[in-house]
Amino acid sequence: MNMKRMFLPVAALWLALLGGTALATIDAYEFKAPEDEQRFRVLVEELRCPKCQNQNVADSNAGLSKDIKDRVFRLINEGKSNSEITDHMVERFGDFITYRPPVRPLTWFLWFGPFALALLAALIILVRKFRQQPATAQVSPEQEARVQALLRQLEQSETGAKQEESK
Amino acid sequence: MSLNKWLLFSLPLIGFALLVYFFGRAIGSDPSILPSTRIDQPLPAFQLPTLEDPARTVTATDIKGPLLLNVWATWCPSCIVEHPVLVALSREGIRMVGLNYKDEPQAARQYLAIHGNPFELNIADVKGDFGLDLGVYGAPESYLIDAAGKIRYRHVGVITEDVWRTLLWPKWQEMGGTHPGPAAGDDSQKGGA
Repeated sequence: MNMKRMFLPVAALWLALLGGTALATIDAYEFKAPEDEQRFRVLVEELRCPKCQNQNVADSNAGLSKDIKDRVFRLINEGKSNSEITDHMVERFGDFITYRPPVRPLTWFLWFGPFALALLAALIILVRKFRQQPATAQVSPEQEARVQALLRQLEQSETGAKQEESK
Repeated sequence: MSLNKWLLFSLPLIGFALLVYFFGRAIGSDPSILPSTRIDQPLPAFQLPTLEDPARTVTATDIKGPLLLNVWATWCPSCIVEHPVLVALSREGIRMVGLNYKDEPQAARQYLAIHGNPFELNIADVKGDFGLDLGVYGAPESYLIDAAGKIRYRHVGVITEDVWRTLLWPKWQEMGGTHPGPAAGDDSQKGGA
């Protein structure tokens, strides 16, 4: 198949699909201001459907997601802020409901775990590097002398062997 | 040197032990079951009609236990499964209040007439607003409410005899729920299972 010929129809299909889902969740609500609609979009994207295993409220057709969207819409019209609305949902369904979990002792590992692990890895690498350097220099004079003697011996036996070969 | 070697050998072992621990925990738990945020809190405020008499309204302060608040609906297939168990428990004297969740009152009344009514009263939450405030995310769900009207425990899913015996009964006793035995005179009203 010709890739260039395929591109336009595929792109058009994607646009149609994406546009369709984005609009579907919105058009049932009449907002007082365009900013409110924007806030609604962001909020329902970040809220997770409690009934579904991994889907946000915006994409979910579950009855409960509809109820949550209705509630978000109502709270926006009541003049509640984004964080107030998220807190409202967390109060009812727990941290599970938000894809942006709040920073608290229980979620510290989630937020800071990756950085802590990276730091730990960097530390281990550094420690290993510094340890290796003295390890190569730690040879006592006696050992040094022995090494030299052995090397000399080896050299002699090698030159001896060569001499015998050339004979 | 040997310390380094130990570290080298023990790191994968520690990693493995951690994996075993976390996967082992995951085996026993159902990820679709969420903990309730309402434990040890009073019921959220509401004012709703009863299913039996739409002219009568109930509020959170009317619900004082020890009792079992059961979230049910006629559209919920699992609710039919647990219904006989609820009827049997109510016969044994367990007080129950129904939360008829996002249902058609007419259909719900008919359902109770056919399958028996284990509830001393039913809250008709047609829109599901009270359910949302309570953190209900599916039916059936059951809440244990103590004498002060506080939520002490939530069970998500069907109540079987086993669930009652092993999970709910200990909590029921913990919150001072007695087991008065078959309530005389109540049977005729509650109908057959």
